[in-house]
Amino acid sequence: MINELITPGADRQLKNHTSLGQIVRNTFTMAYRGLLKIRRTPEQLFDVTLQPIIFTLMFTYIFGGAISGNVHNYLPVIIPGILVQTVITTSIVTGVQLREDMDKGVFDRFKSLPIARIAPLSGALLADTVRYTIATLLTFSMGYIMGYRPEGGIGHVALAGILVIVCSWAISWIFAFFGVIARTASSVQGISMLVLFPLTFLSNAYVPVNTMPSWLQWFVNVNPVSHLVTAVRDLANTGTIGNDLLISLMGAAAIVVIFIPLTVRAYMHRT
Amino acid sequence: MTITNESDKEINSNWAVEARGLVKTFADNRAVDGVDMNVRTGTIYGVLGPNGAGKTTTIRMLSTLLKPDAGSARIFGHDIVREPHIVRQLIGVTGQYASVDETLSATENLIIFSRLLGLSRVEAKRKATDLLEEFGLTEAAKRPLKKFSGGMRRRLDLAASLIAQPPLIFLDEPTTGLDPRTRSQMWDTIRRLVKSGSTILLTTQYLDEADQLADRIAVIDRGRVIVEGTVDGLKASVGTSSLQLSIQNDKDILRACLLVENVLGVPTIMSPETRKITAPMANADLVTDLLLSLREAGIGLKEISVQRPTLDEVFLTITGHGVEPSKSNPLIGNHHEEAIQA
Ligand SMILES: Nc1ncnc2c1ncn2[C@@H]1O[C@H](COP(=O)(O)OP(=O)(O)O)[C@@H](O)[C@H]1O
Ligand SMILES: [Mg+2]
Repeated sequence: MINELITPGADRQLKNHTSLGQIVRNTFTMAYRGLLKIRRTPEQLFDVTLQPIIFTLMFTYIFGGAISGNVHNYLPVIIPGILVQTVITTSIVTGVQLREDMDKGVFDRFKSLPIARIAPLSGALLADTVRYTIATLLTFSMGYIMGYRPEGGIGHVALAGILVIVCSWAISWIFAFFGVIARTASSVQGISMLVLFPLTFLSNAYVPVNTMPSWLQWFVNVNPVSHLVTAVRDLANTGTIGNDLLISLMGAAAIVVIFIPLTVRAYMHRT
Repeated sequence: MTITNESDKEINSNWAVEARGLVKTFADNRAVDGVDMNVRTGTIYGVLGPNGAGKTTTIRMLSTLLKPDAGSARIFGHDIVREPHIVRQLIGVTGQYASVDETLSATENLIIFSRLLGLSRVEAKRKATDLLEEFGLTEAAKRPLKKFSGGMRRRLDLAASLIAQPPLIFLDEPTTGLDPRTRSQMWDTIRRLVKSGSTILLTTQYLDEADQLADRIAVIDRGRVIVEGTVDGLKASVGTSSLQLSIQNDKDILRACLLVENVLGVPTIMSPETRKITAPMANADLVTDLLLSLREAGIGLKEISVQRPTLDEVFLTITGHGVEPSKSNPLIGNHHEEAIQA
């Protein structure tokens, strides 16, 4: 193959931009790479496996009696809450792993190939939706085992799961941005937790909002995580679609519109 | 108009690389400090320099991985800053450190790179199989790279650079750290690549390697090209070999130096600690005269040896300072020894 004559550089027809089709193709190839890596190192799925199981058990039995009188009545409240919290938390790993990955030599090759510049990022983030899917399935399964029977039916539960996965994918662009600008993987973890902790706990995920002081209620009500939790509860528990779903999707879209360009720009500027 | 286009075209096909005044500064360190370079299509161009000279930084700029702070460069006539995407379609890059995915197998790596370059699933698979066969990696195709030796990794890295059959290939220290047998295999591969019509720009710390492979070389030091020319021309300017004399008695060393300079008619380099005198040996015949004169002057010799020019001598002669011992990689020194013996 080496001995085949190559086309001289001056005789080649070349373009100085990537087409949308190429961006999509490159992204899927990069996502394939991400999946292969997950398959090679399944131990990195520990967190998405254990967290839904432990959190669901723990929070349900700790808060169940206090908040809803008993565990069974608490399940329709807590399962959507835990689902949102767990899956969004999982998306931090995306940023951390991106930071680790970018320091490896293979990223130099990606940068020297005539591919869409965004593909190494978008592919990694797309592959990570597999992690969110695992976390979603496990959380619902744990709920089911503990007696949760969502009245919205399987179709709406599936929709709720997809909504959470899509929103987490959008949020993962924030952590991808941290991943690109941070110096070390552990600092990505640190910053991301700092952002995410108040967002997920200062929400309606675990307790009814009307039990909180009024200044806190204000924050909890504008917190996009609360809207996502409510949207999931509506879908799973009653099979209804309300404003909260719309607000969640708009929030996700806003994150994507702001953070994809920011992240790609930071990625290209980094040497 | 037509005339301009014609002459443009000619320039494009003649030169694979044209760099003018490339500069890259890291903090206050001018890693590359105004490098000019012209590489003719279809040739091997060697960039020779010690650790930290700026070789990798130069290659990273030419291969669009790093933006130059000043200067410009064109690859087959395409500007590296304005048309990076076109440049990337014309080059293959094998970096100093393997740029392949450690967690994946050799086949998976090559398939992913092939798919990224637009090959179909079937074509990508075939390409991977062919390249692995070509580089003698078929046996190890399914193993994760963590279990690969340095030489295997290098070969896979080079294979990955050849998927798109690029007309220009950058090789950053392709044989550093390889054993002599693997090194000569790499040399054969490089020669075959050029036969197929590729142009190659390689960096090396070994004069020996540049000597074996390159049509022209640039010697760089502290970010500057200090000599550029054909290998023969460079060697002639240093003296084909150098003569090393160890003097028995400390106090004779200055006299001995003067004597050597008188008889051979060349400048010498003296190191008092080791009582060694080094001088370029352009004319071997004069050494007989030198030995006789030393005897007449009553200067006792402890040891005498003749060495082919090494990078150290090239540097001593051209820059007046030696190659600084590598801080980051103590192995380099050993490899250098090996290169001298080879
Ligand atoms: N990313 C970087 N940040 C800071 N300094 C760098 C960086 N890359 C290289 N250097 C410095 O630039 C100089 C040239 O390095 P390099 O191009 O790697 O040399 P060579 O490849 O010839 O060994 C060295 O002094 C090195 O320390
Ligand atoms: Mg280097």
